[in-house]
Amino acid sequence: MKKAGITIEDLHLSFGDTEVLKGVNLDIRPGEFFAFLGPSGSGKSTLLRAIAGFGPTPKGRILIGERNVVGLDPWKRNVGMVFQSYALWPHMSVRDNVGFGLKERKVPSAQIRAKVDAALELVDLAHLADRMPNQLSGGQQQRIALARTVVVEPDVLLLDEPLSNLDASLRVHMRRELLRLQRQLGLTTIFVTHDQEEANTTCDRMAVLDMGIIQQIGSPLELYDQPENLFVANFLGTANILEGRVEVDGGARRFVTKTGDHLSLPDGNMDDGQNIVLRPQNIAISRTQASDSLPGTVQHSEFLGSQIRYLVSAGGTEIVVDQSHRAGQDWIETGADVHLVANTSSAVVL
Amino acid sequence: MSKTPSPAARASAGLADRLPRWLVPNLTGVHLVAIFIALLLIGLLLVPVAQVMIVAFQDPATGAATLQNFVDFFRTSLFRESFWNSFYVSAMSVVVATAIALPLAYITTRFHFSGSILIQSLGFIPLIMPPFVGAVAMQLIFGRNGTVNLLLRDWFGFDIPFMEGLNGVILVQSIHYFPFILINLSASLRNIDRSMEEAAQNLGSHGLRLFRRIVFPLAMPGYIAGAALVFIKVFDDLGTPLLLNVNNMLAPQAFLRISSIGISDPMGYVISVILVVFSVMSLWASFLFMRGKEYATVQKGGGGMAKRSLKPAEKVLAYGAVIFILLLVLSPHIGLLLLSFGTIWSFAPLPDGYTLQNYVTMWEGSKTFIMNTVLYAGIAATLDVIIGTAIAYIVLRTQIFGRKGLDYLATAALAVPGVVLGIGYLRTFHAIDVPFTDKPMASWWVIIALALMIRRLPYALRACTAALQQVSHALEEAAESLGATKRRSIQKIVIPLMTGGILAGFVTSFATAAVELSATIMLVSSNNDAPLAYGIYLFMQTPSGRGAGAALGIVAVIVVAIGTIASQIIIERDKKLKSSGDAH
Repeated sequence: MKKAGITIEDLHLSFGDTEVLKGVNLDIRPGEFFAFLGPSGSGKSTLLRAIAGFGPTPKGRILIGERNVVGLDPWKRNVGMVFQSYALWPHMSVRDNVGFGLKERKVPSAQIRAKVDAALELVDLAHLADRMPNQLSGGQQQRIALARTVVVEPDVLLLDEPLSNLDASLRVHMRRELLRLQRQLGLTTIFVTHDQEEANTTCDRMAVLDMGIIQQIGSPLELYDQPENLFVANFLGTANILEGRVEVDGGARRFVTKTGDHLSLPDGNMDDGQNIVLRPQNIAISRTQASDSLPGTVQHSEFLGSQIRYLVSAGGTEIVVDQSHRAGQDWIETGADVHLVANTSSAVVL
Repeated sequence: MSKTPSPAARASAGLADRLPRWLVPNLTGVHLVAIFIALLLIGLLLVPVAQVMIVAFQDPATGAATLQNFVDFFRTSLFRESFWNSFYVSAMSVVVATAIALPLAYITTRFHFSGSILIQSLGFIPLIMPPFVGAVAMQLIFGRNGTVNLLLRDWFGFDIPFMEGLNGVILVQSIHYFPFILINLSASLRNIDRSMEEAAQNLGSHGLRLFRRIVFPLAMPGYIAGAALVFIKVFDDLGTPLLLNVNNMLAPQAFLRISSIGISDPMGYVISVILVVFSVMSLWASFLFMRGKEYATVQKGGGGMAKRSLKPAEKVLAYGAVIFILLLVLSPHIGLLLLSFGTIWSFAPLPDGYTLQNYVTMWEGSKTFIMNTVLYAGIAATLDVIIGTAIAYIVLRTQIFGRKGLDYLATAALAVPGVVLGIGYLRTFHAIDVPFTDKPMASWWVIIALALMIRRLPYALRACTAALQQVSHALEEAAESLGATKRRSIQKIVIPLMTGGILAGFVTSFATAAVELSATIMLVSSNNDAPLAYGIYLFMQTPSGRGAGAALGIVAVIVVAIGTIASQIIIERDKKLKSSGDAH
């Protein structure tokens, strides 16, 4: 199967007077599993639909392979889309649903039969070919929708929140299934989701969107460890953000918080900015003072099983600290004065 | 990546792209359909009604704008009386209809009552019979020498003038139209959350006071909506007063002026303006009440109002009231059935004997009527669903400029009484000849079918819109992304999925168009072109024809009943099919 990359250049899109996409630039490599991640209203679904050809015509360029598809009718794009609601046609059997796109492409009926059987085989549902959609479970409908899309051998595969209508346990199973299928077919795939866990576990790279702008592009690990702005830092996982400034004292660099506390920065770190981002698991909590520690008071604590999460007021804000839990370990009571030691080797100054 | 437009894009940016957009309209097939429908609605609805309005404000001799016609109208005592009578009859019909509907609604929603389902379904029965059909039968039961008064006179020595003059119109209309109040009121009562009532009880309110201060105000919007509908239906109705020979009301006066004096007499137009104004006001009032006071009364987890069991004495009372009301409601049907099978029925509680002769006479005398009805109603209903589907699609799925206007224009037909539309057609089309002939269009049978089409369009449009709303947009987009063009996806996905709703709309339009009288009676120019409803009217004019007229009435009732049931079944089956095809 041929693999096509997707290039998006300076894409603007408006609904009436509201600009929903404000200049999107993006390069998706052939065969890549890519995710659009963002809160609702960020424009991620609009961007996906623009690639498929739905919604208002955008300004800018969308190249699939070498072809600019802006202004092209959806049926001329050969872009496969799996809808959030699956959109199986209730008046057609599973076989007719899956065969629809091939029939539109005037494929001979013997071939249609063979290809539909193969596609159903691919999603393990060959035995349901003659059922009607309303006789299928949610997970089965999802896989039929997938089969219906891949059977036409699209240049790219677009998945619009494909897991959001499934229950939690099925969701984990289906996302592994999706990944297996994507690897097997080698299709360039875009996956829209608001769930960072879904994006982290499946995609090669992702774009985080907010307010119609791509905030950052990278692999899940890059985005988590090296966020380029506070939105990305906050959106992926839990982030503690302390305000302050970077000071250089001789050769050593350190971050000074608003409250005047010092956090020394590792040698290699040359970042500059007014905020330091610390992940909860990179902060140690202790009753005793150490050098470079932040004094604080425990406001609240929660036992989460594998760890205990403390909410500590320190450095002019509330800091979340996760301490992994081992049997017999001390649980610091609410109201206790504590000292926080941050492992700044993984900290990011923005 | 370079950000300059590709050479191809630059080349296509020719002259057309540099002109303002409105100078180069980009007309697609959908645009052409929209324009065609707009022209059709303007020609068949807007122009005729505007004609009526204009003539009402014109001096008949000079054509100058004047209010003189209205002055003349209110100076004539007959018209003043007609105006007052129409108003009185409509208001009293609301009162009587409320008296019938309120107990039924209250008993079925507030108590555990085994007859509830019976009431809820029998309550619809009056609607499946055109009111004028039942009018004659009602006269035989409640008239001066009807069944009830003969018995009263024999047993107690007095009688009650149920059917004298305006009383007759009020009785027939309220028995026919009370379901509008029953349906709306029951729905409102059922939507009141039990916690609303319990909160009032908790604060010390109970009994009648609780009903007056909490329950009734919460149910008010539904009641007002139903009552406004009843008022306007009665105000506009032509057939019932005409058949009961009550001519001193507005709609009959309009009809008589136009049919006896001619289409140049301004009084018919003045009456039409008054009818339209009242229609618009009633619909507006009902809309306002429904919108302003649409309380979200059912909270999550709460059921409807608390129902309680009836005490034995209450049970007897409730059953007594319900049976009495149901007998009253069914009396037109019973009377019509007796009349259709009776030999002679005069000065007697029941017909002298029973025969099938009336049906034979009816069949021989009204084959043309029935054929005409099938033709007219068939054309009207077919056009209705085609236009309805097109408008629904244009409104819901396209961005065409003015698409809402198309919807409003089609729906505006609701506010145009049949008499007014009929007069408008006469006025507009009498000067235009049928293509390739020298006959005026106003006496062409096709005009009758088109009038029926316009009258039923709002209902068909609602049905089609509802059907399209159930077809999620994603179903269409899925087809497009798999390579189906817009036309193909409408053809293979949208229309098949709408079939149930479209069919239901067709059946309802057909059945109600088949018994429509007020517009058609104005437009029928010869008995050969007359539909069934007009046939019943003709039969009922002579005492000897009443039996056959009743038989034809039974045919009409059966047609509408089958239509109603069929559309219900279609809608139910359709719902089941679509239940879970799309996860949204």
